[in-house]
Amino acid sequence: MRSTNTAHERFTAAYFDNEDDLVASAAEARLRGLEIYDAFTPFPVHGLDDAVGIKPSRLTWVAFCGGLLGLLTAIGLQVWTSAYAWALNIGGKPFNSVPLWVPVAFELTVLFAGLSAIGALFIISGLHPFSKRKSLEGVNDGNFVLVLKQPDGSYDSDRARSIFNENGAFRIEEGLEF
Amino acid sequence: MAVPMDRRGLTREEARLHEEVGRLTEHPVYSPLRKPLVGGDKSYSDITNDIHSIHEGKAGFGWWIAFTISLILLLAGIVSGYLTVTIGIGTWGLNKTVGWAFDITNFVFWIGIGHAGTFISAILYLFNQKWRTSINRSAEAMTLFAVMCAGIFPIIHMGRPWLFYWFLPYPNTRGSLWVNFRSPLLWDFFAISTYFTISLVFWYLGLLPDLATARDRAKPGWRKTFYTVLCLGWDGSNRTWSRYETVYGILAALATPLVLSVHSIVSFDFATSLIPGWHSTIFPPYFVAGAVFSGFAMVMTLMILVRKVMRLENYITIDHFEKMCLVTLLTGSIVGLAYITELFIGFYGGNPNEIFMIINRLLGPYAWAYWIMFGCNALLPQLFWIKKIRRSIPLIFVMSIFINIGMWFERFVIIMVSLHRDYLPSSWTYYMPSYVEVGLLVGSFGLFFSAFLVFLRLFPIIAASEVKGVLNYAKHKHGA
Repeated sequence: MRSTNTAHERFTAAYFDNEDDLVASAAEARLRGLEIYDAFTPFPVHGLDDAVGIKPSRLTWVAFCGGLLGLLTAIGLQVWTSAYAWALNIGGKPFNSVPLWVPVAFELTVLFAGLSAIGALFIISGLHPFSKRKSLEGVNDGNFVLVLKQPDGSYDSDRARSIFNENGAFRIEEGLEF
Repeated sequence: MAVPMDRRGLTREEARLHEEVGRLTEHPVYSPLRKPLVGGDKSYSDITNDIHSIHEGKAGFGWWIAFTISLILLLAGIVSGYLTVTIGIGTWGLNKTVGWAFDITNFVFWIGIGHAGTFISAILYLFNQKWRTSINRSAEAMTLFAVMCAGIFPIIHMGRPWLFYWFLPYPNTRGSLWVNFRSPLLWDFFAISTYFTISLVFWYLGLLPDLATARDRAKPGWRKTFYTVLCLGWDGSNRTWSRYETVYGILAALATPLVLSVHSIVSFDFATSLIPGWHSTIFPPYFVAGAVFSGFAMVMTLMILVRKVMRLENYITIDHFEKMCLVTLLTGSIVGLAYITELFIGFYGGNPNEIFMIINRLLGPYAWAYWIMFGCNALLPQLFWIKKIRRSIPLIFVMSIFINIGMWFERFVIIMVSLHRDYLPSSWTYYMPSYVEVGLLVGSFGLFFSAFLVFLRLFPIIAASEVKGVLNYAKHKHGA
């Protein structure tokens, strides 16, 4: 679990055995004014982002900037080394033979874009080899878990329970700490 | 005052909520017309068990036999590599006329094999071909190992392989003397290393959820630690999944032009030269089609074995093989068309050197290799027009091996026929590989298969989380 949460925050977890029930209760909980912390699933469930209410990721922009950086690096490196730093006459071609820079420029664009996208993903999602984070029971197997926040004073336990039970939760845990 | 209710006994506000929930939970992909992608009426936990028990259990007798044979092959390669490095390139059958033969053939062959993995993982992903989920993991692993095998050949051909980092454009004490960015061989270096890196991160990203499952299931011990470190604390959070899917899409979109560029650049090694038979503008598409063709053949060879030995008939179904046969048929036909185009343009262009090269290909000393190539690549796959053959595992297996042989000979023909009889008849020669070169080829197969077998023992060989995502592909919506 995320380590940014303060220790005294409490959460409610509802376990489902299929994705449709999870999506239905997430949508209903949100529309009924309960605060969703996160959902945990064995695979990416389509429609869950809308139901939970998270916006599309902006990682594409990171990839775009990375790609741009790669392109500029490649062009700069090739022009500088071949036409300025130590210009060599190779086969009578011009020192700045632009069409020949295309393959390496393309490769470095792809390389930088890909590595920056995955690097940003690891940083934003806090994925690293020394992570002590554990999964909720069975999330990587076949359980679908919806986790609600329990804000002090405004958490309506009965309403949450009724939504979960109506949608077929097989287990509800309240007062969890992450 | 009574609150107005509809006939379900709901208040107006509640009815609105229900409608909203219904809209949000609507699922467009379910269809009764689709065939299920996973056989055997599995639950999510069944999938986890089926896939993860493969690498958790003890290795079977068959695995040990295969591994031993692979290690022996690898040993032959190590001995040959040792001889090459300590004695020199003189241990190879090269001569003044043919300065480049077995090593470049093997290099192009292995790079080509790798292309199917990226095709399956990236291009089929972008085209939303859900059937890829059962085979993408092992096809991507195959790509990585094939690219490793490919990388050995140019490196060992340098004679002083420990200086291979001279390829990198880094400031050095030789001037700084920079690398020649105008050389296709340098483009190769950038293309292959980018290809390997992007394929590796793509494969690893897809593995993360399954590594978390493996961590959850492992008993305390080295395996538990291994998976805990590798899964990077994956917890299946929807926020992470959402970003994961974005990045997966980005990587697929990047890998798609990448895979097309890699074999195009490999073909530039030949196409930018002035040798008859190489100096041709059809090389990039022709090479890419050939690469996907040979790669799918190798995927089919491996998958048929894995499916049989690991009893994965419910996951890798005959429908998967049929679809792969269709890809093979298409790409094989493109390759066949390219062969015929080469013949036609050779004569049509009217260049005496080209015409001589074409005749030499068809009837010269290496005609036997040409006809093996033509038969295996252009003619044999045409059998896949017949549905019965596309759905017969033994026939597919035999054909996939022939296609691989044919594709190896394609590179051999392209390289050898153009080189062995150059412009000066007094320097004509007939090249045959030395035992050291054969040893290196055998060794590369040993490396490929040992790596693949180790992969089978350490990692979930089917992307369990992705298969779970397509489990309900053909089912009706829950409760609908």
